[in-house]
Amino acid sequence: MTDQSSDAPTVADVVLSARDVVKTYGGTHALKGVNFDIHRGSVTTLFGENGAGKSTLMKILSGVESPTSGEIVLDGETVTFASTVDARDRGISIIHQELSLAPNLNVRDNIFMGRELTGASGVDYAEEARQARQLMAELEERIDPLTLVADLRLGQQQIVEIARALSVDSRILIMDEPTSALSATEVDVLFRVIHDLKAKGVSIVYISHHLEEALQITDYAVVLRDGAIVATADARDIDLDWIVRNMVGAGFNLGEPPTGYEFGDVALHIDQLRVADAENQDRSVVDGVSLQVRAGEIVCIYGLMGAGRTEMLEAAAGRVPIAGGRVLLKGQDVSHRTIAERIAAGLCLVPEDRQRDGLVQTMTVGRNLSLASILSFVRGLFLSRRNEQELVDESIRDVRVKTSGGGAEIGSLSGGNQQKVVIGKMLATNPEVILLDEPSRGIDVGAKAEVFRLLAERAARGLAVVYSTSEVGECLSIAHRIVVMSRGRISAEFGADTTKEQIMAASGEAVVA
Amino acid sequence: MTNANKEDNMTGSDEGRTAVKPGLFSNGFSLGKILLEGRAFLALIVIIVVFSLLSPDYFTFHNLVTMSSHVSIYALLAIGMLLVILNGGIDLSVGSTLGLSGIIAGYLMNGVNLKAMGITMFPAVWVVVIVACAVGALIGVINGVLISRFKVAPFVATLGMLYVVRGVALLITNGLTYNNLEGKPELGNTGFDWLGFNSLASIPIGVYVMVIVAIIGSIVLNRTVFGRWLYASGGNERAAELSGVPVKKVKVWVYVASGVCSAIAGIILSSELTSASPTAGNSYELTAIAAVVIGGASLMGGRGNIRGTLLGAFVIGFLSDGLVIIGISSYWQTVFTGAVIVFAVLLNAVQYRGRRKKQKPSATPPTTTSSNLAPPPSAPELEKTAG
Repeated sequence: MTDQSSDAPTVADVVLSARDVVKTYGGTHALKGVNFDIHRGSVTTLFGENGAGKSTLMKILSGVESPTSGEIVLDGETVTFASTVDARDRGISIIHQELSLAPNLNVRDNIFMGRELTGASGVDYAEEARQARQLMAELEERIDPLTLVADLRLGQQQIVEIARALSVDSRILIMDEPTSALSATEVDVLFRVIHDLKAKGVSIVYISHHLEEALQITDYAVVLRDGAIVATADARDIDLDWIVRNMVGAGFNLGEPPTGYEFGDVALHIDQLRVADAENQDRSVVDGVSLQVRAGEIVCIYGLMGAGRTEMLEAAAGRVPIAGGRVLLKGQDVSHRTIAERIAAGLCLVPEDRQRDGLVQTMTVGRNLSLASILSFVRGLFLSRRNEQELVDESIRDVRVKTSGGGAEIGSLSGGNQQKVVIGKMLATNPEVILLDEPSRGIDVGAKAEVFRLLAERAARGLAVVYSTSEVGECLSIAHRIVVMSRGRISAEFGADTTKEQIMAASGEAVVA
Repeated sequence: MTNANKEDNMTGSDEGRTAVKPGLFSNGFSLGKILLEGRAFLALIVIIVVFSLLSPDYFTFHNLVTMSSHVSIYALLAIGMLLVILNGGIDLSVGSTLGLSGIIAGYLMNGVNLKAMGITMFPAVWVVVIVACAVGALIGVINGVLISRFKVAPFVATLGMLYVVRGVALLITNGLTYNNLEGKPELGNTGFDWLGFNSLASIPIGVYVMVIVAIIGSIVLNRTVFGRWLYASGGNERAAELSGVPVKKVKVWVYVASGVCSAIAGIILSSELTSASPTAGNSYELTAIAAVVIGGASLMGGRGNIRGTLLGAFVIGFLSDGLVIIGISSYWQTVFTGAVIVFAVLLNAVQYRGRRKKQKPSATPPTTTSSNLAPPPSAPELEKTAG
């Protein structure tokens, strides 16, 4: 039974395993005969680039999907999950990469959705609230169980998602990118919770793009590439290099600041910008931020969740109203212009949440790519299909989108390629300044490196680039200058020669040993 | 984005893919496209075959022409409705707008009495048409501004307009029907008949108008910036806005287009019937929505096309007239109206959600049900319903 998994210590140790699992979607093979074991009371981390098949495998193990062929073995018995509820009843639960909360319900109702605690007189809300409060305390998060999920920031929503999975008391817990929106402190808390769970004998499958972070808690590392498992190892025997080498098949780095040219004039000048809190107009989420970016310069904005990065970028792009200050593009005040006018003037934003704000899911790759620059190929009354096709083909080549062509459905692309489409769409407008809010969120190292390389190339040709990130490692890649934000203000500014520790200290983040 | 949605996208849905890309990247046919539109098309063929067997009068040139002219009214409303639905909205005021447009036409054809100057003006037919369409556009502007500017839910805003507009139509005539729409040669306002009552090469004018409007609609959707903006803002308004799409303007314009389409339908209907009743078009908004949905459009917005919508209108029209021909009671037809709408929406739910199971559920039901379920109010009925 376990003859393929040579690294598995003992047979009894394996709780759940996939045997020769194949999954095809139409013509594409997402999984090509995967053998995967989950060990009792330990963390098995699945590494792999976007599109390698990690999420698909997890969906199969948690009953969201059924395999095209192959089988799932639970406690030595072959099983078929009829649904996620079925899987959950057998003790398997999953924290999804994409949040699956109901924003119109409160935290308590989300946690107990579908398995409400009932007493003699209907749902026992008090007990639910008590348990929810306890879970929040365990996760060291000050969220009231009666808060609407819609009112929580992304990181807190992720905490709720985690709490929901924890509330089930499952034997096997699958965590697909649980930390993508969490701050360093929140990640620490989560890791502590994971340790506690392990001690209780819970088996955990962990997926993350934060490799270093994931390595801290990993017991067994499994690397998936192109739908097949390429390496398995005990975490004690491996390092970051090993993972990356196996993931991409070659070495990589996130790039260096482009050199060999002079910066141009100031392209973007943010002057004493203030943005009011949407809920409380008296509070400022961005409080008098000033920033100048020259043509050709790459500026990285680092900060924790809630530091005001997103609000500042969105205010600059015209998405949220500003409460004070000005935004100048090449010396011209654009503070009161619409988003469309700012794009036409050369200022555009790649939003943080590409599913919600970046892509039109009902349109093809090509139409998403051409959406922002559509006015440039209007001939008379009509769109010139030839010009559009040229632009789409050029964009696909330019930003290196891996797709079967402009006619492909946007949902068929992996996260990294979807992100490239969003960036390509904005670059097609020939901007002077591009703002990118967390451009690397939820995409793999290979795609990250490509995105950064692309931005560096464009900067060398005179584009002013401002990107925000919550990964320190990404600050020290292509940025010429690093601006740290904390509580709505700029707390420090560094050159490219700074260290991770300096940046993290300035952000008010505890330095993780 | 939930996992279910993601799944849908991944599993290579024929429907989504085809419905969205009528233009640019669709050189050559895909099987999915044929399957999707085959659904409504198949239903239409079954309807024609079944009724032809039941009644020898059904499949005759004369009847097909008559039915097509009924269809043209539904189709005009449905094309306007499609634009609104693509935007993710709904327009419940189209039936009332149709009624008011006929009344405006009737009022103008009977002469405008200018008391101050003591004369009665008889505007030419083209003026009548323009004024009626302008009224339709105005209703659309009100809907659009309420929805985009004041954030009133489309359902509520247009429901309000449904009442207001119908009320205005009834007020203008005091509930009576205009019967003289022919105009007089000595007054220089003849030609109203030509808009719907008359035929060209034995085909009613209304059918030509439907074809022209459908072609214009198709070109707008597939070949113009506006069309692309419409699909984008219907598919994801936030993303469209950040890409520089003027989402509010697009929203206002789709309601204006819907209003104008309804007004055109109102003019044609009153010309066909040579009378204008303030209650004309009652409940037609539902017929239009049903046609759009049968045509494969998603009520969530962003998916759908003119061809499907036209087929939807034909399905409804041919079905309802078939029931009249084989003599089914009009009470039953009312029952069927509701059934068809529910069934159409049900099918779309199957189409957009349950597609990763099997293709079968979405492909076969229309054929089986179209014969036992049935249609909406038929056009012949409303001519004599003047209050």
